[in-house]
Amino acid sequence: MKLDAKIPSGPLPQKWDKHKFDIKLVNPANKRKFDVLVVGTGLAGASAAASLAELGYNVKCFCYQDSPRRAHSIAAQGGINAAKNYRNDGDSVFRLFYDTIKGGDFRAREANVHRLAQVSVNIIDQCVAQGVPFAREYGGLLDNRSFGGAQVSRTFYARGQTGQQLLLGAYQALSRQIGLGMVKMYPRTEMLDLVVIDGQAKGIVVRDLVSGQISSFAGDAVVLATGGYGNVFFLSTNAKGCNATAIWRAYKRGAAFANPCYTQIHPTCIPVSGDHQSKLTLMSESLRNDGRVWVPKRKEDCGKEPGSIPEDGRDYYLERKYPSFGNLAPRDISSRAAKEVCDEGRGVGPTKLGVYLDFSDSIKRLGEDKIRERYGNLFEMYERITGENAYQTPMRIFPAVHYTMGGLWVDYNLMSTIPGLFVLGEANFSDHGANRLGASALMQGLADGYFVLPYTIGNYLAGTRPVKQPTSHAEFKRVETEVTERTKRLLAIQGKRTVLSLHRELGKLLWDKCGMARNEAGLKDALQRIPQLREEFWKNVIITGEAGSVNQALEYAGRVGDFMELAELLCTDALMRRESCGGHFRTEFQTEDGEAKRDDENFSFVGAWEYQGADKPPLLHKEPLVYEEVHMSTRSYK
Amino acid sequence: MNLTLKVWRQKDANSPGRFETYEARDVIADMSFLEMLDVVNEELIAAGKEPIMFDSDCREGICGTCSLVINGIPHGGHRGTTVCQLHMRHFQDGQTITVEPWRARPFPVIRDLIVDRKAFDRIIQAGGFISVNTGGTPDGNAIPVSKQISDKAMDAAACIGCGACVAACKNASAMLFVSAKVTHLNLLPQGKAEKDRRVARMVSTMDEAGFGNCTVTGSCAAVCPKEIPLDMIAKMNRDYALAIFKGE
Ligand SMILES: Cc1cc2nc3c(=O)[nH]c(=O)nc-3n(C[C@H](O)[C@H](O)[C@H](O)COP(=O)(O)OP(=O)(O)OC[C@H]3O[C@@H](n4cnc5c(N)ncnc54)[C@H](O)[C@@H]3O)c2cc1C
Ligand code: FES
Repeated sequence: MKLDAKIPSGPLPQKWDKHKFDIKLVNPANKRKFDVLVVGTGLAGASAAASLAELGYNVKCFCYQDSPRRAHSIAAQGGINAAKNYRNDGDSVFRLFYDTIKGGDFRAREANVHRLAQVSVNIIDQCVAQGVPFAREYGGLLDNRSFGGAQVSRTFYARGQTGQQLLLGAYQALSRQIGLGMVKMYPRTEMLDLVVIDGQAKGIVVRDLVSGQISSFAGDAVVLATGGYGNVFFLSTNAKGCNATAIWRAYKRGAAFANPCYTQIHPTCIPVSGDHQSKLTLMSESLRNDGRVWVPKRKEDCGKEPGSIPEDGRDYYLERKYPSFGNLAPRDISSRAAKEVCDEGRGVGPTKLGVYLDFSDSIKRLGEDKIRERYGNLFEMYERITGENAYQTPMRIFPAVHYTMGGLWVDYNLMSTIPGLFVLGEANFSDHGANRLGASALMQGLADGYFVLPYTIGNYLAGTRPVKQPTSHAEFKRVETEVTERTKRLLAIQGKRTVLSLHRELGKLLWDKCGMARNEAGLKDALQRIPQLREEFWKNVIITGEAGSVNQALEYAGRVGDFMELAELLCTDALMRRESCGGHFRTEFQTEDGEAKRDDENFSFVGAWEYQGADKPPLLHKEPLVYEEVHMSTRSYK
Repeated sequence: MNLTLKVWRQKDANSPGRFETYEARDVIADMSFLEMLDVVNEELIAAGKEPIMFDSDCREGICGTCSLVINGIPHGGHRGTTVCQLHMRHFQDGQTITVEPWRARPFPVIRDLIVDRKAFDRIIQAGGFISVNTGGTPDGNAIPVSKQISDKAMDAAACIGCGACVAACKNASAMLFVSAKVTHLNLLPQGKAEKDRRVARMVSTMDEAGFGNCTVTGSCAAVCPKEIPLDMIAKMNRDYALAIFKGE
């Protein structure tokens, strides 16, 4: 396997335009001869499926939910970045590019990130035209707010439901194409494997989640927009169904998996309340615009009513440590700072794993109504879950797994190492380096789907002939049999432990050993225990019901089976990367004041892993990161 | 606390269903309703039985997947709350709780508590969009939209498409769902060009799908987890009358 990022030559700001001109086009009359399979209907998948259908391609689109509108993107709260500079506060394409590269701790590819910043402005125009009800000012123009890691105000939002509104925009564009017969939609359908013929992605094998039937779809190209793998940690802010199956199967069929250890722990989530917990709930980062984060200065005060602790007894630790960014320090930094104060014994709440997010100053300054207008739905959500009123008492928050920067390796055209297999959105590794800034996942998903793939897929298809392999081809049959056998095997085990209990155990192990802080001993321990747990899973899991009908336990088992393998790659990658960068914090590599210590000399590369078979360790390939435009500096938010 | 659950079990769309009784033991006030069901399911699976099947995904009240009728009320009857956000602190020790799927002809049961809501997607496919292709759109600030209009559009757009409105209505009417989308798009200047066509096509698809008539009982708005107000229906009726008058 050779990694060729195919970055166009020429000066950074002109690369994308030049590339768009250079790439091959598919004649309009020929487009309908090509079948494209799009797996996923989140921001990335829905926008891609709609845009490709508008161009005239024949699209088939898949999701596991009952409707494409329910993809996990719907849950994004805070906002979407774009370099519009509507505030006149010094924003520009270059600044958004630079903030994103720096936010990613200089571990992302320059050319991709620059393109992302460039097309960000088109995204807002597109969404407004679709009727996305972004927040507006009294003059009728679009409003903005600030997000972590930036000193300009460039985040567009629709109350606390930005993801919902952007997704509905994309879903509506997709629905229009379904209505026109240009897209055939397959909801409640889960992709369980990829079919590669003569080295090219030619189709997928799916399970109909209602009838249980396993079948194949053939296409001239396959697009995976299946989201992130945060649920490998069991507890995360992701939807319950989020999974790695599609990308994991593609990995096992030859797609390189890049930077699996780059996972994002979000600083502001509602703390865990007990063992029954099935997921964690995010409190949007936008709250940090008006909320101040603190813990008591003295351990002894931690059990007291927060209101009874005087100003000078409080440690506003983010404002103290990072005066120029304060409460808007980036996520990785804020999360680690919260862990640090809790490790010191200054955490609050029943579990002592929590810090305060306090709105009392803003309420005094702006009035409760203004705060309600900005964040009302988040305060209500908080109250529903905790039973507490955050207008009167500070919220309690704690970091939780939220996003995965790692994913399938793609080149500048968003194509994986398997020709014909494209990967978009959170499922790829492309734009966020070792840490993602707030409000830029929505931007990336829509950039990939609306404005990048529609060009780059044409370049690939123009070089192929629209002769798809029939699903009766031997390779389709072989993969179908493999999938069916795996399902049978799972059902036959009839052991003693539920899928959930095994998943929870895996998640806890990963959180402890490969969570906010990692070190060699812990990772080695995890690498011993994960295979044991996997063996336990395949020997002792119990799944009731049958394969030929709705069977949620079986669906879940398939996903957890894949997590059991992915977890090992995650730890292998974390162990290999003997430096700290972004969300990957190795305790052995830190500066005197506890900040991440990068090792640019030895580790400024993308680590892309190639599957070598079940009994062999994966093979590491390195894509060197070359910075032409920016100077790699120590990332500082002080 | 300990609870008794009477849960609807049904093998598939063609089989008859019935209530089964389960005990939920040691339920904690901080659990969500679905987490309580998770615990019951763990016990069922461990005992070699099939778990109670229900839909959920985000568990944050935004994806619109969860869809349970609790004690006769879709989502359980707490203001602005989906069942995934309903916490057990609202129940009492010893209580008996019935759990059923959405019951409406256009939403056939697939299994136990899972229903088929594809009819909603078909309504959107018929006209619940603004016909713009990707690319070539004007600058986002080219058309000012008054804050009042934009806020009202957002109120309507907040609908999560869960279908509780249909489940609550004795006629299984989808008017609240459809009117929320019509209001969202018809109010905005971007959506005006195809205002008439949109409402006409969405309403006729709604009728074809078998949803019943609206007799303005207000039960839909009462259970709506996003508190979509009833006046959206009045607005849509006006838009619809106008569209028909213009010959759409
Ligand atoms: C609570 C929360 C809040 C967030 N807030 C923000 C924010 O304010 N700003 C921001 O920029 N980002 C935010 N993010 C991150 C952002 O929402 C996600 O990264 C982004 O939406 C991912 O989009 P996607 O299209 O890549 O995937 P998803 O939206 O996850 O969609 C995945 C799709 O793939 C389908 N799928 C998956 N596996 C299969 C399979 N095997 N077979 C068939 N279909 C499959 C699913 O059905 C789904 O349709 C937030 C994330 C969370 C969890
Ligand atoms: S599971 Fe998403 S709204 Fe309830």
